[in-house]
Amino acid sequence: MTATRATPGVPSSVVARSAADVVPRRLPARTIRRRRVRTATAHALLIGFALLFMLPMVFVVLSSLMSNDQVLSAEFWPRPFQWDNYPSVWNTIPLWRYGWNTVQIAVLATVGIVVSSIPVAYALARMRWKGRQVVFVIVLSTLMLPYQVTVVPLYVWFSKIHWIPSFKPLIVPAFLGDAFSIFLLRQFFMSVPEDLADAARVDGASHWQIMTRIMVPLSKSAIAAIALFNFLYNWNDFFGPLLFAGDDPHLWTLALGLNEFRGQHHVEYNLIMAASVMFMIPVIVLFFLAQRVFIEGVTLTGSKE
Amino acid sequence: MYLSPWIIGFGIFTLAPMIASLYWSFTKYQLPGDPKWIGTLNYEFMFTKDPNFWLAVRNTIWIIVVGLPFRIVFGVITALLLTRKRRGVNVYRTAYFLPTMAPVVAATLAFAYLLNPSYGPVNVVLEKLGVENPPQWFFSPQWSKPALVMLGLWGVGDAMIIFLAGFLDVPKHLYEAADLEGASGIAKFRHVSLPMVSPVVFFEVVTGIIFGFQYFAQAYVASFNTTADQSIGGPQNSLLFYSVHLYQQGFIYFKMGYASAMAWVLLIISLLCTIAILRGSRRWVHYQGGAFPR
Repeated sequence: MTATRATPGVPSSVVARSAADVVPRRLPARTIRRRRVRTATAHALLIGFALLFMLPMVFVVLSSLMSNDQVLSAEFWPRPFQWDNYPSVWNTIPLWRYGWNTVQIAVLATVGIVVSSIPVAYALARMRWKGRQVVFVIVLSTLMLPYQVTVVPLYVWFSKIHWIPSFKPLIVPAFLGDAFSIFLLRQFFMSVPEDLADAARVDGASHWQIMTRIMVPLSKSAIAAIALFNFLYNWNDFFGPLLFAGDDPHLWTLALGLNEFRGQHHVEYNLIMAASVMFMIPVIVLFFLAQRVFIEGVTLTGSKE
Repeated sequence: MYLSPWIIGFGIFTLAPMIASLYWSFTKYQLPGDPKWIGTLNYEFMFTKDPNFWLAVRNTIWIIVVGLPFRIVFGVITALLLTRKRRGVNVYRTAYFLPTMAPVVAATLAFAYLLNPSYGPVNVVLEKLGVENPPQWFFSPQWSKPALVMLGLWGVGDAMIIFLAGFLDVPKHLYEAADLEGASGIAKFRHVSLPMVSPVVFFEVVTGIIFGFQYFAQAYVASFNTTADQSIGGPQNSLLFYSVHLYQQGFIYFKMGYASAMAWVLLIISLLCTIAILRGSRRWVHYQGGAFPR
Protein backbone atom coordinates (compact mmCIF):
# COMPACT_ATOMS: atom_id res chain seq x y z
CA MET A 1 0.00 0.00 0.00
CA THR A 2 2.54 2.59 1.12
CA ALA A 3 4.98 1.31 -1.45
CA THR A 4 2.62 1.98 -4.34
CA ARG A 5 1.72 5.38 -2.95
CA ALA A 6 5.36 6.40 -2.87
CA THR A 7 6.03 5.50 -6.50
CA PRO A 8 7.00 8.53 -8.52
CA GLY A 9 4.29 10.32 -10.40
CA VAL A 10 1.35 9.13 -8.36
CA PRO A 11 -0.06 11.83 -6.08
CA SER A 12 1.29 15.20 -7.14
CA SER A 13 1.67 16.39 -3.55
CA VAL A 14 4.17 13.60 -2.87
CA VAL A 15 6.31 14.50 -5.86
CA ALA A 16 6.52 18.11 -4.76
CA ARG A 17 8.06 17.19 -1.43
CA SER A 18 11.57 15.95 -0.80
CA ALA A 19 12.27 12.23 -0.59
CA ALA A 20 13.06 12.42 3.13
CA ASP A 21 9.65 13.88 3.68
CA VAL A 22 7.89 11.10 1.84
CA VAL A 23 8.93 8.12 3.94
CA PRO A 24 7.19 9.00 7.23
CA ARG A 25 4.48 10.75 5.23
CA ARG A 26 1.60 12.15 7.24
CA LEU A 27 -1.82 11.86 5.80
CA PRO A 28 -4.53 14.40 6.55
CA ALA A 29 -6.39 13.49 9.73
CA ARG A 30 -9.63 13.15 7.82
CA THR A 31 -8.17 10.52 5.50
CA ILE A 32 -6.74 8.59 8.41
CA ARG A 33 -10.05 8.66 10.19
CA ARG A 34 -11.95 7.61 7.10
CA ARG A 35 -9.52 4.79 6.45
CA ARG A 36 -9.85 3.58 10.04
CA VAL A 37 -13.62 3.56 9.78
CA ARG A 38 -13.40 1.65 6.55
CA THR A 39 -11.02 -0.97 8.00
CA ALA A 40 -13.23 -1.35 11.06
CA THR A 41 -16.32 -1.84 8.88
CA ALA A 42 -14.53 -4.40 6.74
CA HIS A 43 -13.44 -6.35 9.80
CA ALA A 44 -16.92 -6.20 11.27
CA LEU A 45 -18.34 -7.54 8.03
CA LEU A 46 -15.68 -10.25 7.83
CA ILE A 47 -16.53 -11.41 11.33
CA GLY A 48 -20.26 -11.18 10.69
CA PHE A 49 -20.04 -13.37 7.61
CA ALA A 50 -17.73 -15.79 9.41
CA LEU A 51 -20.43 -16.21 12.06
CA LEU A 52 -23.08 -16.78 9.39
CA PHE A 53 -20.97 -19.49 7.79
CA MET A 54 -19.80 -21.17 10.98
CA LEU A 55 -22.88 -21.00 13.22
CA PRO A 56 -24.80 -23.76 11.40
CA MET A 57 -21.76 -26.03 11.89
CA VAL A 58 -21.56 -25.10 15.58
CA PHE A 59 -25.26 -25.81 16.12
CA VAL A 60 -24.99 -29.14 14.34
CA VAL A 61 -22.05 -30.24 16.50
CA LEU A 62 -23.72 -29.02 19.71
CA SER A 63 -26.99 -30.76 18.97
CA SER A 64 -25.12 -33.96 18.13
CA LEU A 65 -23.98 -33.99 21.77
CA MET A 66 -27.39 -33.43 23.35
CA SER A 67 -29.82 -35.89 24.83
CA ASN A 68 -32.88 -36.52 22.73
CA ASP A 69 -35.13 -34.57 25.11
CA GLN A 70 -32.79 -31.64 25.05
CA VAL A 71 -32.49 -31.50 21.29
CA LEU A 72 -36.26 -31.12 21.15
CA SER A 73 -36.14 -28.21 23.61
CA ALA A 74 -35.20 -24.59 23.13
CA GLU A 75 -31.75 -24.98 24.69
CA PHE A 76 -28.50 -24.48 22.79
CA TRP A 77 -25.84 -25.84 25.11
CA PRO A 78 -25.63 -29.61 25.74
CA ARG A 79 -26.21 -30.35 29.42
CA PRO A 80 -24.59 -32.81 30.03
CA PHE A 81 -22.49 -33.59 26.96
CA GLN A 82 -23.79 -36.89 25.71
CA TRP A 83 -20.78 -38.34 23.91
CA ASP A 84 -22.61 -41.67 23.74
CA ASN A 85 -24.52 -40.44 20.68
CA TYR A 86 -21.55 -41.20 18.48
CA PRO A 87 -21.09 -44.83 19.55
CA SER A 88 -24.84 -45.36 19.39
CA VAL A 89 -24.88 -44.28 15.72
CA TRP A 90 -22.15 -46.85 15.09
CA ASN A 91 -24.27 -49.47 16.80
CA THR A 92 -27.47 -48.63 14.93
CA ILE A 93 -26.23 -48.45 11.36
CA PRO A 94 -23.41 -50.29 9.58
CA LEU A 95 -21.24 -47.22 9.14
CA TRP A 96 -18.16 -49.29 8.34
CA ARG A 97 -19.93 -50.92 5.43
CA TYR A 98 -21.37 -47.65 4.12
CA GLY A 99 -17.97 -46.05 4.47
CA TRP A 100 -16.18 -48.90 2.73
CA ASN A 101 -18.73 -48.86 -0.11
CA THR A 102 -18.27 -45.12 -0.52
CA VAL A 103 -14.47 -45.39 -0.49
CA GLN A 104 -14.53 -48.19 -3.07
CA ILE A 105 -16.68 -46.20 -5.48
CA ALA A 106 -14.85 -42.92 -4.96
CA VAL A 107 -11.35 -44.38 -5.28
CA LEU A 108 -12.03 -46.61 -8.29
CA ALA A 109 -13.99 -43.95 -10.18
CA THR A 110 -11.29 -41.36 -9.50
CA VAL A 111 -8.47 -43.65 -10.64
CA GLY A 112 -10.47 -44.49 -13.76
CA ILE A 113 -11.13 -40.88 -14.68
CA VAL A 114 -7.55 -39.74 -14.13
CA VAL A 115 -5.99 -42.63 -16.06
CA SER A 116 -8.37 -42.36 -19.00
CA SER A 117 -8.59 -38.57 -19.25
CA ILE A 118 -4.86 -37.86 -19.42
CA PRO A 119 -4.23 -39.38 -22.89
CA VAL A 120 -7.38 -37.80 -24.32
CA ALA A 121 -6.42 -34.39 -22.98
CA TYR A 122 -2.89 -34.88 -24.32
CA ALA A 123 -4.18 -35.72 -27.79
CA LEU A 124 -6.41 -32.64 -27.75
CA ALA A 125 -3.68 -30.33 -26.51
CA ARG A 126 -0.49 -31.55 -28.13
CA MET A 127 -1.09 -33.80 -31.13
CA ARG A 128 -1.93 -32.50 -34.56
CA TRP A 129 -4.66 -34.40 -36.35
CA LYS A 130 -7.67 -33.77 -38.49
CA GLY A 131 -10.87 -33.15 -36.59
CA ARG A 132 -9.18 -32.10 -33.38
CA GLN A 133 -11.24 -28.92 -33.11
CA VAL A 134 -14.46 -30.84 -33.79
CA VAL A 135 -13.71 -33.38 -31.06
CA PHE A 136 -12.88 -30.61 -28.62
CA VAL A 137 -16.19 -28.88 -29.32
CA ILE A 138 -18.03 -32.18 -28.78
CA VAL A 139 -16.24 -32.69 -25.45
CA LEU A 140 -17.25 -29.17 -24.44
CA SER A 141 -20.85 -29.67 -25.43
CA THR A 142 -21.13 -32.91 -23.45
CA LEU A 143 -20.26 -30.75 -20.44
CA MET A 144 -23.49 -28.85 -21.04
CA LEU A 145 -25.55 -31.96 -21.71
CA PRO A 146 -28.10 -32.60 -18.94
CA TYR A 147 -27.46 -36.06 -17.51
CA GLN A 148 -31.19 -36.82 -17.67
CA VAL A 149 -30.91 -37.29 -21.42
CA THR A 150 -28.61 -40.27 -21.06
CA VAL A 151 -29.60 -41.66 -17.70
CA VAL A 152 -32.94 -43.21 -18.73
CA PRO A 153 -31.50 -45.54 -21.40
CA LEU A 154 -28.43 -46.26 -19.28
CA TYR A 155 -30.69 -47.34 -16.43
CA VAL A 156 -32.67 -49.64 -18.72
CA TRP A 157 -29.57 -51.14 -20.31
CA PHE A 158 -27.68 -51.60 -17.06
CA SER A 159 -30.65 -53.37 -15.57
CA LYS A 160 -30.90 -55.64 -18.64
CA ILE A 161 -27.32 -56.85 -18.12
CA HIS A 162 -28.01 -57.17 -14.36
CA TRP A 163 -25.66 -54.40 -13.32
CA ILE A 164 -28.37 -52.96 -11.08
CA PRO A 165 -28.00 -53.02 -8.14
CA SER A 166 -24.22 -52.89 -8.18
CA PHE A 167 -21.37 -50.39 -8.26
CA LYS A 168 -20.48 -51.20 -11.86
CA PRO A 169 -22.59 -48.40 -13.41
CA LEU A 170 -20.78 -45.94 -11.16
CA ILE A 171 -17.27 -47.23 -11.83
CA VAL A 172 -16.98 -48.69 -15.33
CA PRO A 173 -17.92 -45.50 -17.25
CA ALA A 174 -15.28 -43.63 -15.26
CA PHE A 175 -12.58 -45.61 -17.03
CA LEU A 176 -13.70 -44.16 -20.33
CA GLY A 177 -12.96 -40.52 -19.64
CA ASP A 178 -14.87 -37.63 -18.17
CA ALA A 179 -15.54 -34.48 -20.19
CA PHE A 180 -14.92 -32.04 -17.34
CA SER A 181 -11.57 -33.58 -16.42
CA ILE A 182 -10.50 -33.82 -20.05
CA PHE A 183 -11.31 -30.16 -20.53
CA LEU A 184 -9.44 -29.05 -17.42
CA LEU A 185 -6.35 -31.13 -18.23
CA ARG A 186 -6.34 -29.99 -21.83
CA GLN A 187 -6.33 -26.36 -20.70
CA PHE A 188 -3.43 -27.09 -18.40
CA PHE A 189 -1.43 -29.05 -20.98
CA MET A 190 -1.82 -26.14 -23.41
CA SER A 191 -0.03 -23.88 -20.96
CA VAL A 192 3.05 -26.11 -20.63
CA PRO A 193 5.87 -24.54 -22.73
CA GLU A 194 6.23 -26.22 -26.12
CA ASP A 195 10.07 -26.15 -26.16
CA LEU A 196 10.38 -28.85 -23.52
CA ALA A 197 8.47 -31.30 -25.67
CA ASP A 198 10.37 -30.13 -28.76
CA ALA A 199 13.70 -30.82 -27.08
CA ALA A 200 12.54 -34.30 -26.15
CA ARG A 201 11.27 -34.88 -29.68
CA VAL A 202 14.70 -33.98 -31.11
CA ASP A 203 16.11 -36.64 -28.84
CA GLY A 204 13.73 -39.12 -30.42
CA ALA A 205 11.06 -39.33 -27.74
CA SER A 206 7.64 -40.66 -28.75
CA HIS A 207 4.35 -39.00 -27.84
CA TRP A 208 3.85 -41.60 -25.15
CA GLN A 209 7.22 -40.79 -23.60
CA ILE A 210 6.61 -37.05 -23.81
CA MET A 211 3.23 -37.50 -22.16
CA THR A 212 4.37 -39.76 -19.31
CA ARG A 213 7.82 -38.26 -18.68
CA ILE A 214 7.23 -34.55 -19.33
CA MET A 215 3.56 -33.59 -19.31
CA VAL A 216 2.36 -35.67 -16.39
CA PRO A 217 5.17 -34.65 -14.00
CA LEU A 218 4.74 -30.99 -14.98
CA SER A 219 0.97 -31.13 -14.48
CA LYS A 220 0.97 -32.70 -11.05
CA SER A 221 -1.07 -29.86 -9.55
CA ALA A 222 -3.77 -30.05 -12.23
CA ILE A 223 -3.95 -33.85 -11.97
CA ALA A 224 -4.16 -33.61 -8.19
CA ALA A 225 -6.98 -31.11 -8.56
CA ILE A 226 -9.07 -33.30 -10.88
CA ALA A 227 -8.42 -36.33 -8.68
CA LEU A 228 -9.62 -34.37 -5.67
CA PHE A 229 -12.70 -33.05 -7.46
CA ASN A 230 -13.73 -36.44 -8.70
CA PHE A 231 -13.09 -38.07 -5.36
CA LEU A 232 -15.24 -35.49 -3.60
CA TYR A 233 -17.91 -35.65 -6.26
CA ASN A 234 -18.23 -39.41 -5.87
CA TRP A 235 -17.93 -39.27 -2.10
CA ASN A 236 -20.80 -36.79 -1.90
CA ASP A 237 -22.90 -38.05 -4.80
CA PHE A 238 -26.45 -38.96 -3.96
CA PHE A 239 -28.24 -39.43 -7.26
CA GLY A 240 -25.92 -42.06 -8.79
CA PRO A 241 -25.88 -44.46 -5.83
CA LEU A 242 -29.61 -43.88 -5.25
CA LEU A 243 -30.39 -44.93 -8.80
CA PHE A 244 -27.96 -47.79 -9.29
CA ALA A 245 -27.42 -49.20 -5.80
CA GLY A 246 -30.47 -47.95 -3.88
CA ASP A 247 -32.35 -51.24 -4.02
CA ASP A 248 -29.77 -53.19 -2.02
CA PRO A 249 -28.99 -51.92 1.51
CA HIS A 250 -25.70 -53.86 1.42
CA LEU A 251 -24.53 -51.52 -1.32
CA TRP A 252 -25.57 -48.25 0.30
CA THR A 253 -23.07 -45.44 0.50
CA LEU A 254 -22.80 -42.98 3.37
CA ALA A 255 -25.04 -40.50 1.56
CA LEU A 256 -27.80 -43.08 1.05
CA GLY A 257 -27.37 -44.55 4.51
CA LEU A 258 -27.63 -41.13 6.12
CA ASN A 259 -30.79 -40.23 4.24
CA GLU A 260 -32.35 -43.57 5.11
CA PHE A 261 -31.25 -43.28 8.75
CA ARG A 262 -33.13 -39.99 8.89
CA GLY A 263 -36.19 -41.73 7.50
CA GLN A 264 -36.16 -44.24 10.36
CA HIS A 265 -35.14 -41.90 13.19
CA HIS A 266 -36.79 -38.73 12.13
CA VAL A 267 -37.31 -37.42 15.65
CA GLU A 268 -33.87 -38.34 17.00
CA TYR A 269 -32.13 -35.30 15.63
CA ASN A 270 -29.20 -35.72 18.02
CA LEU A 271 -28.30 -39.06 16.39
CA ILE A 272 -28.95 -37.75 12.89
CA MET A 273 -26.66 -34.79 13.53
CA ALA A 274 -23.98 -37.08 15.01
CA ALA A 275 -24.15 -39.20 11.86
CA SER A 276 -23.96 -36.07 9.69
CA VAL A 277 -20.90 -34.84 11.56
CA MET A 278 -19.17 -38.17 11.01
CA PHE A 279 -20.01 -38.00 7.32
CA MET A 280 -18.54 -34.48 7.09
CA ILE A 281 -15.33 -35.11 9.03
CA PRO A 282 -13.40 -37.04 6.34
CA VAL A 283 -14.10 -34.36 3.71
CA ILE A 284 -13.13 -31.57 6.04
CA VAL A 285 -9.89 -33.32 6.98
CA LEU A 286 -9.19 -33.86 3.30
CA PHE A 287 -9.87 -30.19 2.64
CA PHE A 288 -7.35 -29.06 5.25
CA LEU A 289 -4.75 -31.50 3.94
CA ALA A 290 -5.19 -30.42 0.34
CA GLN A 291 -6.40 -26.85 0.68
CA ARG A 292 -3.87 -25.40 -1.72
CA VAL A 293 -4.48 -27.98 -4.45
CA PHE A 294 -8.16 -27.52 -4.01
CA ILE A 295 -8.35 -23.76 -4.26
CA GLU A 296 -5.97 -23.68 -7.22
CA GLY A 297 -8.15 -26.26 -8.92
CA VAL A 298 -11.41 -24.40 -8.33
CA THR A 299 -9.78 -21.32 -9.76
CA LEU A 300 -8.72 -23.27 -12.82
CA THR A 301 -12.34 -24.13 -13.61
CA GLY A 302 -13.32 -20.49 -13.86
CA SER A 303 -10.26 -19.32 -15.76
CA LYS A 304 -10.95 -17.16 -18.73
CA GLU A 305 -8.62 -18.92 -21.16
CA MET B 1 -5.20 -44.33 -30.09
CA TYR B 2 -4.97 -41.78 -27.29
CA LEU B 3 -8.57 -40.89 -27.91
CA SER B 4 -9.88 -44.45 -27.66
CA PRO B 5 -11.14 -44.19 -24.06
CA TRP B 6 -13.12 -41.11 -24.96
CA ILE B 7 -14.45 -42.46 -28.27
CA ILE B 8 -15.70 -45.67 -26.63
CA GLY B 9 -17.05 -43.77 -23.65
CA PHE B 10 -18.73 -41.15 -25.76
CA GLY B 11 -20.26 -43.75 -28.06
CA ILE B 12 -21.59 -46.07 -25.36
CA PHE B 13 -22.42 -43.70 -22.55
CA THR B 14 -23.43 -40.55 -24.38
CA LEU B 15 -24.28 -40.92 -28.06
CA ALA B 16 -26.13 -44.24 -27.97
CA PRO B 17 -28.26 -43.29 -24.94
CA MET B 18 -29.07 -39.95 -26.55
CA ILE B 19 -30.36 -41.65 -29.67
CA ALA B 20 -32.27 -44.21 -27.61
CA SER B 21 -33.93 -41.61 -25.43
CA LEU B 22 -34.86 -39.50 -28.45
CA TYR B 23 -36.56 -42.54 -29.97
CA TRP B 24 -38.20 -43.57 -26.68
CA SER B 25 -39.58 -40.07 -26.24
CA PHE B 26 -41.96 -40.92 -29.09
CA THR B 27 -43.03 -44.20 -27.51
CA LYS B 28 -45.03 -45.47 -24.60
CA TYR B 29 -42.47 -47.42 -22.63
CA GLN B 30 -43.72 -48.69 -19.33
CA LEU B 31 -41.21 -50.98 -17.61
CA PRO B 32 -41.28 -53.96 -17.60
CA GLY B 33 -42.53 -53.82 -21.16
CA ASP B 34 -41.36 -52.77 -24.57
CA PRO B 35 -41.47 -49.37 -26.24
CA LYS B 36 -44.56 -48.80 -28.41
CA TRP B 37 -44.55 -45.96 -30.97
CA ILE B 38 -47.14 -43.29 -30.10
CA GLY B 39 -45.87 -40.31 -32.07
CA THR B 40 -45.88 -37.00 -30.23
CA LEU B 41 -48.40 -38.04 -27.57
CA ASN B 42 -45.84 -37.75 -24.72
CA TYR B 43 -45.07 -34.18 -25.68
CA GLU B 44 -48.75 -33.30 -26.09
CA PHE B 45 -49.53 -34.78 -22.68
CA MET B 46 -46.62 -32.91 -21.13
CA PHE B 47 -47.60 -29.50 -22.43
CA THR B 48 -51.38 -29.74 -22.21
CA LYS B 49 -52.43 -32.36 -19.66
CA ASP B 50 -49.74 -33.01 -17.06
CA PRO B 51 -50.54 -30.51 -14.28
CA ASN B 52 -47.27 -31.22 -12.51
CA PHE B 53 -45.13 -30.44 -15.54
CA TRP B 54 -45.87 -26.71 -15.52
CA LEU B 55 -45.72 -26.70 -11.72
CA ALA B 56 -42.25 -28.24 -11.90
CA VAL B 57 -41.19 -25.71 -14.53
CA ARG B 58 -42.46 -22.84 -12.37
CA ASN B 59 -40.72 -24.19 -9.26
CA THR B 60 -37.48 -24.59 -11.17
CA ILE B 61 -37.65 -21.09 -12.64
CA TRP B 62 -38.35 -19.77 -9.14
CA ILE B 63 -35.27 -21.39 -7.66
CA ILE B 64 -33.10 -20.12 -10.55
CA VAL B 65 -34.50 -16.58 -10.72
CA VAL B 66 -34.38 -16.07 -6.95
CA GLY B 67 -31.52 -18.34 -5.92
CA LEU B 68 -28.97 -17.51 -8.60
CA PRO B 69 -28.87 -13.69 -8.17
CA PHE B 70 -28.64 -14.16 -4.41
CA ARG B 71 -25.76 -16.57 -4.87
CA ILE B 72 -23.93 -14.25 -7.23
CA VAL B 73 -24.38 -11.11 -5.14
CA PHE B 74 -23.45 -12.96 -1.95
CA GLY B 75 -20.47 -14.56 -3.69
CA VAL B 76 -19.25 -11.21 -5.04
CA ILE B 77 -19.61 -9.49 -1.65
CA THR B 78 -17.75 -12.20 0.26
CA ALA B 79 -15.07 -12.44 -2.44
CA LEU B 80 -14.60 -8.67 -2.35
CA LEU B 81 -14.17 -8.76 1.43
CA LEU B 82 -11.48 -11.42 1.05
CA THR B 83 -9.57 -9.68 -1.75
CA ARG B 84 -7.60 -7.19 0.36
CA LYS B 85 -4.66 -8.47 2.34
CA ARG B 86 -5.91 -8.07 5.89
CA ARG B 87 -4.98 -9.68 9.15
CA GLY B 88 -6.41 -13.19 9.33
CA VAL B 89 -7.68 -13.20 5.77
CA ASN B 90 -6.65 -16.82 5.25
CA VAL B 91 -8.64 -17.90 8.29
CA TYR B 92 -11.68 -16.09 6.90
CA ARG B 93 -11.22 -17.70 3.49
CA THR B 94 -11.22 -21.13 5.09
CA ALA B 95 -14.22 -20.32 7.29
CA TYR B 96 -16.27 -19.05 4.33
CA PHE B 97 -15.36 -21.96 2.13
CA LEU B 98 -15.68 -24.81 4.63
CA PRO B 99 -19.51 -25.25 4.41
CA THR B 100 -19.16 -25.81 0.67
CA MET B 101 -17.28 -29.01 1.46
CA ALA B 102 -20.17 -30.49 3.45
CA PRO B 103 -21.75 -33.39 1.51
CA VAL B 104 -25.14 -32.39 0.10
CA VAL B 105 -27.08 -34.92 2.15
CA ALA B 106 -25.38 -33.90 5.39
CA ALA B 107 -25.77 -30.18 4.67
CA THR B 108 -29.44 -30.57 3.79
CA LEU B 109 -30.12 -32.61 6.92
CA ALA B 110 -28.30 -30.00 8.97
CA PHE B 111 -30.60 -27.32 7.57
CA ALA B 112 -33.63 -29.51 8.09
CA TYR B 113 -32.70 -29.51 11.77
CA LEU B 114 -31.67 -25.86 12.01
CA LEU B 115 -34.90 -24.79 10.33
CA ASN B 116 -37.17 -27.24 12.11
CA PRO B 117 -40.32 -25.22 12.85
CA SER B 118 -40.73 -26.21 16.49
CA TYR B 119 -37.28 -26.85 17.95
CA GLY B 120 -34.72 -25.77 15.35
CA PRO B 121 -32.31 -23.08 16.63
CA VAL B 122 -33.39 -20.59 13.94
CA ASN B 123 -37.01 -20.49 15.01
CA VAL B 124 -36.11 -20.67 18.69
CA VAL B 125 -34.09 -17.47 18.20
CA LEU B 126 -36.83 -15.89 16.10
CA GLU B 127 -39.35 -16.60 18.82
CA LYS B 128 -37.08 -15.17 21.50
CA LEU B 129 -36.80 -12.06 19.37
CA GLY B 130 -40.56 -11.82 19.53
CA VAL B 131 -41.42 -12.96 16.02
CA GLU B 132 -44.91 -14.39 16.11
CA ASN B 133 -45.60 -17.34 13.83
CA PRO B 134 -42.07 -17.80 12.48
CA PRO B 135 -41.89 -19.52 9.07
CA GLN B 136 -42.53 -23.25 8.92
CA TRP B 137 -39.63 -23.59 6.42
CA PHE B 138 -39.49 -27.09 4.89
CA PHE B 139 -43.00 -27.80 6.14
CA SER B 140 -44.63 -24.89 4.39
CA PRO B 141 -45.23 -24.46 0.66
CA GLN B 142 -44.35 -20.76 0.86
CA TRP B 143 -41.09 -21.12 2.80
CA SER B 144 -39.64 -24.40 1.53
CA LYS B 145 -37.95 -22.83 -1.50
CA PRO B 146 -36.52 -19.84 0.43
CA ALA B 147 -35.08 -22.42 2.86
CA LEU B 148 -33.30 -24.11 -0.06
CA VAL B 149 -31.99 -20.73 -1.23
CA MET B 150 -30.47 -20.25 2.23
CA LEU B 151 -28.90 -23.69 2.00
CA GLY B 152 -27.45 -22.65 -1.36
CA LEU B 153 -26.00 -19.47 0.14
CA TRP B 154 -24.33 -21.46 2.89
CA GLY B 155 -22.47 -23.36 0.17
CA VAL B 156 -21.62 -20.29 -1.90
CA GLY B 157 -17.90 -21.04 -1.48
CA ASP B 158 -17.28 -22.48 -4.94
CA ALA B 159 -18.63 -19.37 -6.66
CA MET B 160 -16.87 -17.16 -4.12
CA ILE B 161 -13.46 -18.72 -4.78
CA ILE B 162 -13.85 -18.22 -8.53
CA PHE B 163 -14.84 -14.57 -8.05
CA LEU B 164 -11.99 -14.10 -5.59
CA ALA B 165 -9.51 -15.39 -8.16
CA GLY B 166 -11.04 -12.96 -10.66
CA PHE B 167 -10.65 -9.98 -8.32
CA LEU B 168 -7.07 -10.94 -7.48
CA ASP B 169 -6.29 -11.12 -11.20
CA VAL B 170 -7.25 -7.49 -11.86
CA PRO B 171 -4.01 -5.70 -12.76
CA LYS B 172 -2.93 -3.20 -10.07
CA HIS B 173 -2.23 -0.44 -12.57
CA LEU B 174 -5.93 -0.15 -13.40
CA TYR B 175 -6.70 0.80 -9.79
CA GLU B 176 -3.76 3.20 -9.74
CA ALA B 177 -5.05 4.88 -12.85
CA ALA B 178 -8.49 5.16 -11.25
CA ASP B 179 -6.90 6.65 -8.11
CA LEU B 180 -5.21 9.29 -10.24
CA GLU B 181 -8.56 10.29 -11.64
CA GLY B 182 -9.85 10.55 -8.08
CA ALA B 183 -12.31 7.69 -8.40
CA SER B 184 -14.24 6.71 -5.27
CA GLY B 185 -14.26 3.16 -3.92
CA ILE B 186 -17.68 2.49 -5.42
CA ALA B 187 -16.68 3.92 -8.79
CA LYS B 188 -13.58 1.72 -8.81
CA PHE B 189 -15.72 -1.33 -8.10
CA ARG B 190 -18.29 -0.37 -10.75
CA HIS B 191 -15.88 0.60 -13.52
CA VAL B 192 -12.76 -1.49 -12.84
CA SER B 193 -13.39 -4.60 -10.72
CA LEU B 194 -16.81 -5.50 -12.06
CA PRO B 195 -16.01 -5.35 -15.80
CA MET B 196 -12.83 -7.30 -15.15
CA VAL B 197 -14.66 -10.16 -13.41
CA SER B 198 -17.69 -10.10 -15.70
CA PRO B 199 -16.47 -13.17 -17.67
CA VAL B 200 -16.35 -15.18 -14.44
CA VAL B 201 -19.77 -13.94 -13.38
CA PHE B 202 -21.03 -14.89 -16.82
CA PHE B 203 -19.61 -18.40 -16.40
CA GLU B 204 -21.46 -18.68 -13.08
CA VAL B 205 -24.72 -17.53 -14.65
CA VAL B 206 -24.56 -20.08 -17.47
CA THR B 207 -23.61 -23.00 -15.25
CA GLY B 208 -26.07 -21.80 -12.60
CA ILE B 209 -28.98 -21.98 -15.03
CA ILE B 210 -27.96 -25.31 -16.50
CA PHE B 211 -27.48 -26.87 -13.08
CA GLY B 212 -30.63 -25.18 -11.83
CA PHE B 213 -32.63 -27.39 -14.16
CA GLN B 214 -30.78 -30.40 -12.75
CA TYR B 215 -31.39 -29.42 -9.11
CA PHE B 216 -32.21 -32.68 -7.38
CA ALA B 217 -30.46 -34.02 -4.27
CA GLN B 218 -31.21 -31.06 -1.96
CA ALA B 219 -34.88 -31.08 -2.93
CA TYR B 220 -35.11 -34.86 -2.60
CA VAL B 221 -33.53 -34.97 0.85
CA ALA B 222 -35.34 -31.86 2.11
CA SER B 223 -38.76 -33.13 1.07
CA PHE B 224 -38.20 -36.78 1.97
CA ASN B 225 -39.65 -36.53 5.43
CA THR B 226 -42.00 -33.61 5.46
CA THR B 227 -44.96 -35.56 4.20
CA ALA B 228 -46.62 -38.52 5.83
CA ASP B 229 -46.19 -40.89 2.89
CA GLN B 230 -42.48 -39.99 2.47
CA SER B 231 -43.14 -38.96 -1.11
CA ILE B 232 -40.73 -36.57 -2.74
CA GLY B 233 -41.72 -33.10 -3.89
CA GLY B 234 -42.27 -31.56 -0.50
CA PRO B 235 -45.23 -29.79 1.00
CA GLN B 236 -47.93 -29.40 -1.65
CA ASN B 237 -45.38 -30.16 -4.36
CA SER B 238 -43.57 -26.90 -3.65
CA LEU B 239 -40.26 -28.72 -4.03
CA LEU B 240 -41.26 -30.62 -7.13
CA PHE B 241 -38.51 -29.37 -9.42
CA TYR B 242 -38.03 -30.42 -13.01
CA SER B 243 -35.49 -33.12 -12.16
CA VAL B 244 -37.55 -34.39 -9.25
CA HIS B 245 -40.60 -34.73 -11.48
CA LEU B 246 -38.51 -36.52 -14.09
CA TYR B 247 -37.07 -38.85 -11.47
CA GLN B 248 -40.56 -39.64 -10.22
CA GLN B 249 -41.87 -40.43 -13.71
CA GLY B 250 -38.83 -42.47 -14.75
CA PHE B 251 -37.60 -44.26 -11.69
CA ILE B 252 -40.62 -44.50 -9.43
CA TYR B 253 -43.41 -44.99 -11.98
CA PHE B 254 -41.03 -46.40 -14.64
CA LYS B 255 -42.62 -44.41 -17.48
CA MET B 256 -39.45 -44.46 -19.55
CA GLY B 257 -41.00 -42.94 -22.67
CA TYR B 258 -42.43 -39.97 -20.83
CA ALA B 259 -39.21 -39.47 -18.82
CA SER B 260 -37.23 -39.47 -22.08
CA ALA B 261 -39.51 -36.83 -23.55
CA MET B 262 -39.03 -34.69 -20.43
CA ALA B 263 -35.27 -35.13 -20.71
CA TRP B 264 -35.28 -33.92 -24.32
CA VAL B 265 -37.38 -30.89 -23.46
CA LEU B 266 -34.84 -30.18 -20.73
CA LEU B 267 -31.99 -30.46 -23.23
CA ILE B 268 -33.71 -27.98 -25.55
CA ILE B 269 -34.41 -25.56 -22.69
CA SER B 270 -30.76 -25.72 -21.61
CA LEU B 271 -29.60 -25.13 -25.18
CA LEU B 272 -31.92 -22.17 -25.70
CA CYS B 273 -30.89 -20.60 -22.40
CA THR B 274 -27.22 -20.97 -23.21
CA ILE B 275 -27.64 -19.46 -26.67
CA ALA B 276 -29.76 -16.60 -25.35
CA ILE B 277 -27.22 -15.71 -22.66
CA LEU B 278 -24.31 -16.04 -25.09
CA ARG B 279 -26.07 -13.56 -27.38
CA GLY B 280 -26.89 -11.15 -24.58
CA SER B 281 -23.49 -11.45 -22.96
CA ARG B 282 -21.75 -9.47 -25.68
CA ARG B 283 -23.36 -6.38 -24.25
CA TRP B 284 -22.13 -6.72 -20.69
CA VAL B 285 -19.26 -9.19 -20.55
CA HIS B 286 -15.88 -7.56 -20.95
CA TYR B 287 -13.07 -9.70 -22.33
CA GLN B 288 -9.59 -8.33 -22.13
CA GLY B 289 -8.38 -7.72 -25.66
CA GLY B 290 -11.93 -8.30 -26.85
CA ALA B 291 -11.27 -11.99 -27.43
CA PHE B 292 -14.03 -14.52 -26.98
CA PRO B 293 -12.93 -17.37 -24.73
CA ARG B 294 -11.63 -20.30 -26.65
